[in-house]
Amino acid sequence: MSVLVFLENWDGKFKKLSFELISYAAKVAEMLDDKAVVLSIGKVDSSELEKLAAFGASKIISIENDLLKTLDDQAYAGIIAEVAGRSNAKVLILANNNTGKALAPRLSVRLRAGIASGVSKLPLSTDPFTVYKKVYSGKAFAHVTIKTGIKILTLAQNSFDLVESPQSFVLEKMDLQPEAGLMKTNVKDVQKQTGKILISDADIVVSGGRGMKSPENWGPLVELAQLLGAATACSRPVSDEGWRSHDEHTGQTGKIIAPNLYIAIGISGATQHLAGISSSKFIVAINTDKDAPVFEAAQYGIIGDAAKILPKLVEAVKEMKSK
Amino acid sequence: MKILVCISHVPDTTTKVKFINESKTLDVNGIQWVINPWDELALTRALELKDDAANGIQTVTVAHVGAATSDPTIRKALAIGADDAIRVNVETTDAYSIASHLADAIRNENFDLILCGIESSDHNGSTVGGMLAEFLGYPSVTGVSSVTFENGVPLIIREIDGGKEILTVNPPLVAVVQKGIAREPRIAAMRGIMMARTKPIKVVEAQGIDCLTEVVGYELPKPRAACKYVNADDAGQLIALLQNEAKVF
Ligand SMILES: Cc1cc2nc3c(=O)[nH]c(=O)nc-3n(C[C@H](O)[C@H](O)[C@H](O)COP(=O)(O)OP(=O)(O)OC[C@H]3O[C@@H](n4cnc5c(N)ncnc54)[C@H](O)[C@@H]3O)c2cc1C
Ligand SMILES: Nc1ncnc2c1ncn2[C@@H]1O[C@H](COP(=O)(O)O)[C@@H](O)[C@H]1O
Repeated sequence: MSVLVFLENWDGKFKKLSFELISYAAKVAEMLDDKAVVLSIGKVDSSELEKLAAFGASKIISIENDLLKTLDDQAYAGIIAEVAGRSNAKVLILANNNTGKALAPRLSVRLRAGIASGVSKLPLSTDPFTVYKKVYSGKAFAHVTIKTGIKILTLAQNSFDLVESPQSFVLEKMDLQPEAGLMKTNVKDVQKQTGKILISDADIVVSGGRGMKSPENWGPLVELAQLLGAATACSRPVSDEGWRSHDEHTGQTGKIIAPNLYIAIGISGATQHLAGISSSKFIVAINTDKDAPVFEAAQYGIIGDAAKILPKLVEAVKEMKSK
Repeated sequence: MKILVCISHVPDTTTKVKFINESKTLDVNGIQWVINPWDELALTRALELKDDAANGIQTVTVAHVGAATSDPTIRKALAIGADDAIRVNVETTDAYSIASHLADAIRNENFDLILCGIESSDHNGSTVGGMLAEFLGYPSVTGVSSVTFENGVPLIIREIDGGKEILTVNPPLVAVVQKGIAREPRIAAMRGIMMARTKPIKVVEAQGIDCLTEVVGYELPKPRAACKYVNADDAGQLIALLQNEAKVF
């Protein structure tokens, strides 16, 4: 038996999310007295694959078929289901990102395996198999019991700390073909953002709302983010009005993130906004209105004008860095 | 060309959720039910596509798995502009059973494009769309921020980590939609509300319930510690607190 974790790669590289997934899988395997097996689909160098062993993978299966260059939900689900069968997987773990959201449900049907998505902690118990997951967009948590022999979990990004537990491992190159005629997704063009820290990957996110008053005022916010190595984000009205780009919008209908630190500047803290950021470890709020609901979600707050406060923060960070 | 939009029925996004029955059941007292925000946008996009005659879309249907208590939500979708509706009459919250009922109800209806939302704002599952596609044996694309038609073939933008892909998939297919699919949800006009009264809702009885998961209890988040305020004149102090107390850098 095994705990199988599926990993995607980004131009042949893994990222923190990949290591979170293995750390999590290794811990779940430990609870079940099983081994964690990694499945990587796509072209990845052996040296990159070997990095995975540090987080507790005992076996790494790598499939590099050219036909699998683009994500086709059906074809990928077929391959993963096949590997799950071969490795006698009892628990299957994927990321709760768009790739995991594409594949986990299809696997659930193929393997007749119950699914709990967006888990952020280790299972509460293994018999019955009960996990803890966010519901109502962060306003509550549910204890979900999965009743089938095979269980599927998708792990929320940035919710599980990396655990290094180096293992001796086996690297197996497996040659599996997608079922004939199954590749139905024809990718015509790929547009990648370059040089920008992704909001979903960032440890720190600096975010502005309508209280920033106008798009011209973003300079010091962006400077603060750059100094902190942070990503920039915004509330929905800000992206709706075109002050900032759409991929910066956080909240229920935008990006749902869980950084270590979220700094909300001139954001009132509407429930739909908080739904996207409430899993952040620390929230800082800067707002002129002492009664703004964002202060109820924040651990640190400053009541005051963003235009005056931002330059002071920029100075303080410069000073911190100079020490 | 026929489009289906799957809609779930959720508490209004501003609802303060409470639980009863030893934290096992949502307290529905006073809750305003709405169409799941993503599904409302999916429906809006489906209607926009139908408005352009060049796309050759004959009908936009909505489907829902739930009890008769969701009929007002379905009527709202009809008032916004859907042509007809299918409701599978069963109460369940397990995504697998919802998707299998949906698949059974629509398998012979030959929809070309099926739109589902990326998640319901109640259980935050992100699973029904993909499951439905697998039950039907259709291809699926997840994280769709745009659908247009080019010579009868859907041209789709898929959001991936750090970018987007532009792709085509021949119908029939399931598109699981997210931010970008439509700008503002379309609102029902008076005429639409009148017309909705006479539009058909086909009620299908469910054949058994097959649940693979069960919610055994809920808990509310632990209250966060009270906010610690830094005086605006000494804003720089915040950085020291974040460094030394919160230890975030
Ligand atoms: C179905 C649905 C989904 C939604 N999804 C989202 C979502 O995903 N994300 C999202 O963000 N919103 C979402 N919304 C909108 C949400 O309800 C709020 O309208 C929105 O979050 C408000 O944005 P804001 O805080 O920037 O603006 P406002 O609410 O206008 O708040 C501006 C804040 O700035 C403060 N301020 C003013 N001047 C200053 C100053 N000089 N310095 C400092 N502070 C100042 C004000 O006190 C106020 O608190 C959704 C709404 C609905 C109905
Ligand atoms: N009871 C339901 N009836 C019809 N469609 C549903 C139902 N529940 C979920 N869906 C669809 O599946 C999407 C994702 O829901 P979920 O997997 O529950 O997060 C929703 O946006 C709807 O399109």
